[in-house]
Amino acid sequence: MKIAVCLKRVPDTATRVRIGGDGKSIDPADVQYIISPYDEFALEEALLIREKAGEGEVTVITVGPEAASKEVRTALGIGADAGVIIQAEVALDPRQIACALVGVLKDRGDDLILFGRQSVDSQGAQVAALVAREMSLPFVNDIISLEIDGAKVRVGRDTDGGREVIECPLPAILGCDKGLNDPRYPSLKGIMAARKKPVETVEAQPVEASLETIELSLPPARPEGKIVGEGPDAVSELVRLLREEAKVI
Amino acid sequence: MERFESLDFYRIDDLLTEEQKMVRQMVREFVDEQVLPDIEQHFMDGTFPSEIVPTLGDLGLLGANLEGYECAGLDSLAYGLIMQELERGDSGLRSFVSVQSGLVMYPIHRFGSQDQKNRFLPQLAKGSIIGCFGLTEPDYGSDPSGMITNAVADGDSYILNGNKMWITNGCVADVAVVWAKLDGRIRGFLVEKGTPGYSTTLQEGKFSLRASVTSELHFQDCRIPKANILADADGLGGPLSCLTQARYGIAWGAIGSAMACFDCAKKYALSRIQFGKPIGSFQLVQAKLAEMASEITKGQLLALRLSQLKDAGTMTAQQVSLSKRNNVYWALEIARSARDLLGASGVTHEYPVGRHMLNLESVKTYEGTHDIHTLILGHEITGIPAYK
Ligand SMILES: Cc1cc2nc3c(=O)[nH]c(=O)nc-3n(C[C@H](O)[C@H](O)[C@H](O)COP(=O)(O)OP(=O)(O)OC[C@H]3O[C@@H](n4cnc5c(N)ncnc54)[C@H](O)[C@@H]3O)c2cc1C
Repeated sequence: MKIAVCLKRVPDTATRVRIGGDGKSIDPADVQYIISPYDEFALEEALLIREKAGEGEVTVITVGPEAASKEVRTALGIGADAGVIIQAEVALDPRQIACALVGVLKDRGDDLILFGRQSVDSQGAQVAALVAREMSLPFVNDIISLEIDGAKVRVGRDTDGGREVIECPLPAILGCDKGLNDPRYPSLKGIMAARKKPVETVEAQPVEASLETIELSLPPARPEGKIVGEGPDAVSELVRLLREEAKVI
Repeated sequence: MERFESLDFYRIDDLLTEEQKMVRQMVREFVDEQVLPDIEQHFMDGTFPSEIVPTLGDLGLLGANLEGYECAGLDSLAYGLIMQELERGDSGLRSFVSVQSGLVMYPIHRFGSQDQKNRFLPQLAKGSIIGCFGLTEPDYGSDPSGMITNAVADGDSYILNGNKMWITNGCVADVAVVWAKLDGRIRGFLVEKGTPGYSTTLQEGKFSLRASVTSELHFQDCRIPKANILADADGLGGPLSCLTQARYGIAWGAIGSAMACFDCAKKYALSRIQFGKPIGSFQLVQAKLAEMASEITKGQLLALRLSQLKDAGTMTAQQVSLSKRNNVYWALEIARSARDLLGASGVTHEYPVGRHMLNLESVKTYEGTHDIHTLILGHEITGIPAYK
C-alpha cells in the first residue's frame, strides 16, 4: 500500500502570535513551529495501516518554506519512510497549495492520500477538497475510523448526534479527525534513523493566487470582569445587568 | 494549566541542530502529556511513576548517549536537553533516568565484560529491567573512600558484606552496581535482585524527591559469581567517572527545574492583581524575575559549552563540578524565589514550584554536595586539597 500524508508546518498552538509589520501575516520571530495536530492523526493512521499490512510505504508531503524540513524530519522520526518538501517561501492561498500538491501527487500513484481535517492556523479546510476535485478522487473529511477492505476503504464520521459510515473505492482522499487514533511520539532511534531517510525538495509550480489576505488582527482584549456582590443578595443586580447592560437575557 | 514556554533569552536555539530540537520537542511533549498530569499526586503519595518506565524505554531515553546495545548514541547536547526536559517535569524522574543511564548502564558499558554488556544493556535500555548504584554508606557520604562494604574472593565467587544508604531505585532495582573494597581497592560488582544475602529497605519520610524510590541495600554474606565483577574498574576513579556522567546530566537537569519555576512565576506575576495591578508591575517582583532569567541564561551557556567539551573529549571532572554546583545552586535559589513570588499559592500543590524547591534540596546534596564541589574547585585553583 502506497500512502501519501500531506502535512503542514504551523505555529505551535501555545505560541502567542503577533501580527507582522505588513498587517497581513504573523510575525515569525520567536514562533515555534509544529506539525499541525490533525495531520498527526493522518500520519499515525498511515503508519498503522503500513504496520497492519506488514508492507507499504508512507511518504509525507508538505508545501512550505525550507525550514519545514524540521517538521518533515520529525515525521520521518515518527516513522514515515520518505519526505517531499514543495518549497514555497511565501504564504500561498489554498488553491495554490492544492495545485502544488497535485503537481507531486498526480504521478505518484498512491492508494490513499491522507490529510488532517483542517490546519490549525488558517483553519480553511479547503486544501484536501481542492486536491480531490483536481484529481477526481473521492473525498471524505472528518473521519474518526478507517478500515481498508480490499480495494475499498470504509470510514466513519460523527454527524450531529449520530455516526455515519461511508465506503469508497481506492484511491481516495481522507481528512482525519481527532479520535481516529492516538499519535505516537518519535523515538530517539527513529529521530536518528530519519537522518538517512530520503527527503526531496521540489519547486512549487507557479499558479495565480485567487484569494488575498487584506488584514489580520488579534481578538480585542477582554474587558475586565466585574463583581456585583456576594451571595443571594447580588442575584437581582446580576440579573439586571445581564438584561440591561449585557443584553444577553 | 497553561502550556510551558521555555526561556531562550540568548537565542541558544539558533545553535541547536534540527535533530537536537526534535529530541527536545519529543521529550517536552512526553513530559507535558504523560508526566505532569500525575506527578503532584505521586509526589504527595511518595510513589515513583513506574507506569512510564516502558515508555522511557520505547522512546530511547535510557542510556541515550551510549553506543550500541539498543542505545541511540546521541551527542552530549541532545542528551543534556533530555535531562533538562525530564527535570522540568520532576527531579525524581530525571534522577531515575540519570541513575539508569549514567550510573548503571555507563559503568557496565565502560568497565563491564562483553557478557555483562550483552546480558544487561539492551534490557536496561528498554526499561524491562531497572538498575541502581550503591556507593554511599551510612557512615561514608562525601568521603566514599572510607567505605566499609567489602568483598572477599571465595572459589568461583565473591562474598559481599556491608550496607549502602540513600540509594535511588534501590528497592525496585533488578540489578545493583555496588562499590565495595576487595583487598583494600574499591571495585564494582553487579548484584542481582533475589541473590541470597542481598536485601533492601525503603527509606521513607523524605520531603524531597518524593516521586523517587530511595533505599538501603544490605549485604550479608551475599555470594555473587566472580563473573559479576566490573573487571576494568579499579579504585575510586571507577565510581567517580560514573558520577561525572551523572553530574553532567544534573547540570542540564537543574536548568529544567529552574525554567519550570521561572515560567510559572512569570505567568503568575502577570495575572495576580494586588493594589490594583499585576504584581509583575512592581519593581521588587521584576527584580526577582530579572535575576531568574539572568541565572537561567548563564546556566544554559555553561551547560552548552560543557556539552561541547564533552563531545570533544576534553571535559574535565572539575569543569563538571563547576556546572553542577552553579546550576543546582541557582535552580534552588530560583525555586525559592518563585515560591516567594507566588505567595500562599507557592506552598500548595496547585503549582509546581514548591515541589521543585523541595526536590532541589536533594539535588544540591547528592552527586557531591555543593560544598564538596566548592572544595574540588578550590583544589583545582590552588593545587591544595582541603577535604581533610
Ligand atoms: C534523595 C537522595 C538520593 C540519593 N541517591 C544516591 C544513589 O543512588 N547512590 C548513592 O551512592 N548515593 C546516593 N545519595 C547519597 C548522596 O550522594 C550523599 O547524601 C552525599 O554524597 C552526601 O553524603 P552525606 O549525606 O553522608 O553527607 P555528609 O558527607 O555527611 O555531609 C554533611 C555535610 O557536611 C559537609 N561536608 C562533608 N565533608 C566536608 C568537608 N571535607 N569539608 C566541608 N564540608 C564537608 C557536606 O557538604 C554536607 O553539607 C542520595 C542522596 C539523596 C538525598
